Amino acid sequence: MSNVPADLKYTKSHEWVRTLADGSVEIGITDHAQHALGDLVFVEVPDAGRAVKAGEACAVVESVKAASDVYAPLTGQVTAGNAKLTAEPETINTQPYGEGWLMRLKPAAGALAAAELLSPADYQKLLDAEGG
Amino acid sequence: MSAREKVIFEYSHPGRGASDQWPHDPGPAALADLPAALRRAQPPQLPEVGELETVRHFTRLSQLNFSIDTHFYPLGSCTMKYNPKACNQYAMLPGFLGRHPLAPESHGQGFLACMYELQEMLKAVTGMEGVALSPMAGAHGEFAGVAMIRAYHRARGDLKRNEIIVPEAAHGTNPATATMCGCVVREIPVDAQGDVELQALRQAVGPNTAGIMLTNPSTLGVFERRIQEVARIVHEAGGLLYYDGANLNAILGKVRPGDMGFDVIHMNLHKTFSTPHGGGGPGAGAVGVASRLLPFLPLPVVGKEGERYRWLAEADLPQSIGRLSAFMGNAGVLLRAYIYMRLLGRDGMRAVGEYATLNANYLLKRLMTAGFDAAYPQRRASHEFIVTLKRQARELNVTAMDFAKRLLDHGFHAPTTYFPLLVPECLLIEPTETESKDTLDAFVAAMSQIQKEAEQEPGRVTSAPHTMPVRRLDDVRAARQLDLTWKPTAQP
Repeated sequence: MSNVPADLKYTKSHEWVRTLADGSVEIGITDHAQHALGDLVFVEVPDAGRAVKAGEACAVVESVKAASDVYAPLTGQVTAGNAKLTAEPETINTQPYGEGWLMRLKPAAGALAAAELLSPADYQKLLDAEGG
Repeated sequence: MSAREKVIFEYSHPGRGASDQWPHDPGPAALADLPAALRRAQPPQLPEVGELETVRHFTRLSQLNFSIDTHFYPLGSCTMKYNPKACNQYAMLPGFLGRHPLAPESHGQGFLACMYELQEMLKAVTGMEGVALSPMAGAHGEFAGVAMIRAYHRARGDLKRNEIIVPEAAHGTNPATATMCGCVVREIPVDAQGDVELQALRQAVGPNTAGIMLTNPSTLGVFERRIQEVARIVHEAGGLLYYDGANLNAILGKVRPGDMGFDVIHMNLHKTFSTPHGGGGPGAGAVGVASRLLPFLPLPVVGKEGERYRWLAEADLPQSIGRLSAFMGNAGVLLRAYIYMRLLGRDGMRAVGEYATLNANYLLKRLMTAGFDAAYPQRRASHEFIVTLKRQARELNVTAMDFAKRLLDHGFHAPTTYFPLLVPECLLIEPTETESKDTLDAFVAAMSQIQKEAEQEPGRVTSAPHTMPVRRLDDVRAARQLDLTWKPTAQP
């Protein structure tokens, strides 16, 4: 059974969003996503300063099965990419919601409210519907 | 089974070798006209091995192969069909082998005639207006196709069009090709039946649309039923339609991409037209175009004037996207495809599509009867189909990869695994038209046997293969620590 922490928001494409104290957000892929991909062997994260639009492919996660784009859940400017993942992509497998975060983002004005994010309950429903 | 075959360097001894067969040493003077900066300072590190050891080494390696000549090879999306020996035999005629690519046209009229007729046959079977043969692989043909789409829009001054629409069921090479050609990829979903979502397509097209890349039948192994509607939507928006020929085998002689509304297509001659396939080549990715793209075909193309054949070059097609390979591409592969098509004829071509589809549907039904889950059970298969082992993974903790590895012990090459990405724990199975009912039945028996093992003795499956020269390899470590260079261990 996939782990779906109650304090995060989610997307239909299996990203999670955590709001940080300074109003920026942290983004990663869910436990379900890392499990479906299998052991990750390569991760590409965006550079700080890059402007991304909601829905734009902004990171790449690659396992021995598949390479997959990660989509920005909301519009904003990247403040940090998790450089640690370049050398240790498996961190996403072991700690998808912690050390395995992909990027931090400063949301554009109103972007957080406009983003189509799922509650933990709705994300769990999506997983159930997919036969997760 | 056999122990690991050593790397040829491990057989090496200083001074050993088939020295009698070395070319006469011309001495250092022969290199005098090469600039010193371009000459290597150290001799290359080549293995020093006798002739017999070399022959045995490579013969043993060849015996480790799974190949279409030794095993059933149902690798979905790859169309691993039998390559008739006659094609090889005739392509190896001394006149073909001895032909020099720089020989004057008058000395190669026979070869040029074959290439011209191959172009004509491929036009006839795909419903396109022009064909160029030189791209040397499927992805190379894709590159040529999208480059022509871009050249078409540019020639009209329509410079904004840089978006390529790709359905999520597309081949991975499609978005890669679009990106290589400087386009932006827009992905659209498919519905639960495997067809493109038309509403999403309507929303995706616009003044920036360069075109759409489609495989039909799709990678889901089903025919895109609303293809004419798709064509209308894209054409009305000013875009062009690209046909990825990966699955052409399913419709050979039955439906033509040109009639579906496609403007450009690549054909994998190494799939549909039975030239040797695998290991990265040599492939052949001929391209076909509708009339509006004729001026942009890559060079060379073979033309016919009266009874004479000649190469068409830059002066003939000044708007061509250019040359993508030396000379004629993989000429020997093109010859094999030509002979294959001549052996089949028009009726044979239709029989290929029919038997490829019949074999796939027979195998699908038998596997479903044996208790396996089809990904699209309500749809008729094309030339390939998808089985999902999601249930086995959840209930038995035995995955698609475990089934694939265990099939090797049963003497079957594994089907394609974990592709398409849309379907979890999937096997994409393509038997092709050249397999007998006996072989298909034996494959079903093997799958049923593995299912039984998965229920009663799952460790036997999850630790497979057991009879191969190497056991389960650590593919994760291999990807994380790429190391492709053999290094000598310390001498004892």
